[in-house]
Amino acid sequence: MVTTVTSLGRSGLSDWMIQRISAWVMTSYLVFIVGYFFANPNLDYAQWAELNSSLPMRMFSLVTILSIAAHAWIGIWCVLTDYITVRLIGPKATAIRIFFQLGMIAVTSLYVVWAIDILWGI
Amino acid sequence: MDNKRPVNLDIGTIKLPITSYVSILHRVSGVILFFAVAIFLWMLDSSLASEESFNQLADSLNNPLCQFIIWGSLAALAYHAIAGIRHLVMDFGFGEDSFQSGRSSARVAVVVAIVVIALITWWII
Repeated sequence: MVTTVTSLGRSGLSDWMIQRISAWVMTSYLVFIVGYFFANPNLDYAQWAELNSSLPMRMFSLVTILSIAAHAWIGIWCVLTDYITVRLIGPKATAIRIFFQLGMIAVTSLYVVWAIDILWGI
Repeated sequence: MDNKRPVNLDIGTIKLPITSYVSILHRVSGVILFFAVAIFLWMLDSSLASEESFNQLADSLNNPLCQFIIWGSLAALAYHAIAGIRHLVMDFGFGEDSFQSGRSSARVAVVVAIVVIALITWWII
């Protein structure tokens, strides 16, 4: 079964590590944003735009979207290689799985480009 | 892999422990989140593009369909994050010594997720 070639880190150990690091980054971002919304219940556009256009926040958001991309790549790869298999759905499984994997990679890349466009377009 | 080997695991006939459901839901919520990222980016985009689009986003939060989509996305995010934090805690060696402790932490994750999703529901309505 050809699976390793489409995994992000090319090895299970590396994928595991990337999954953990990206999880910590996303959790930090989530905790920060939720805390910020609680601290600023009457948030207006000017304040929100000022926060998101500051360099530290842009870097934090950028690292978060890159983490989302890596995390989604590894997670979707795991799901696809578990269920879209020759044993479960027959001989066309590999072609179907590669199709979905390429689609996933395309959507993930689009998300990263979109996020950069949003963050640097403020 | 030799796929001629017989497979005896018929999942439908096996009574699964809570840890299995927590794990399967973690996967399901992860796949939902893959699509929900588009919703979150759309909200980030609208909130930052201009003051006008910021106000439009605030208005659309009163639309029931928008509310439902955002609720679903946030609920999936809450569940996935909580079940994920359970794994991060286990990485440090807590609660991974026995099946019993895994079952306890799975129960805690479910209860915390229900409370957080209830808070999200209350916040959106």
